[in-house]
Amino acid sequence: MTVDDTIRGVLTDHARLAVPVESLADDTDLFGAGMTSHASVNVMLALEDAFDFEFSEKMLKKATFESIGSIRTAVTEMTAG
Amino acid sequence: MTAVVPMEVRVGLDLVDPDDVAASVARFGDRYVSRVFTAHEIECCRRPGRGGGKSSYAIESLAARFAAKEAVLKVLRPIGMRPEWRSIELHRMTGGWCEIRLSGTAAAMAAEAGIAGLSVSLSHEQTLAAAVVVGWCTPRDRGDG
Repeated sequence: MTVDDTIRGVLTDHARLAVPVESLADDTDLFGAGMTSHASVNVMLALEDAFDFEFSEKMLKKATFESIGSIRTAVTEMTAG
Repeated sequence: MTAVVPMEVRVGLDLVDPDDVAASVARFGDRYVSRVFTAHEIECCRRPGRGGGKSSYAIESLAARFAAKEAVLKVLRPIGMRPEWRSIELHRMTGGWCEIRLSGTAAAMAAEAGIAGLSVSLSHEQTLAAAVVVGWCTPRDRGDG
């Protein structure tokens, strides 16, 4: 399973989007697609479970979770090295 | 004659479905609670005499506090960086009402915005939790450009 597959799986299970995850482009605004702030907490925790790390405080900004692309960038940074 | 300088007032409102919070507690347990809420908030929302898991928290109270944190964000109007959830604390006073206490990034953002004070009102029932936050800014720091 690729990183993108895992991210999309987490979004399917926790983001509570108004549209199917399969329809999302890399840069689609997830908050614009219906993800609430509370749902973003669940997404954050589920990503930590899936990739076995804990987001640093500097990553706890709205921009980190605003798209699949931004999440991938954060995951890549957190899992590097 | 003294000039009257208008004070900027900001209002934030947020609603949270307690079922969403219950689902998060059921799925992520204490990890969810401890990442979002301060030790004081957890203590205020803990149901005494119970073990771990969903049933050990007053879910509606957690939901109202989450709504209040979101309402504070709407008053702070952050651009880019968001304060860490626990840097916004709902502090329960002995009289039963709550006050907002900011720390870290949230406190810095409030200072940057010239917010001189915050006031909060919480409400909840089984199916809905709500919070309204009012913030007032010192006139010299109005940044509405």
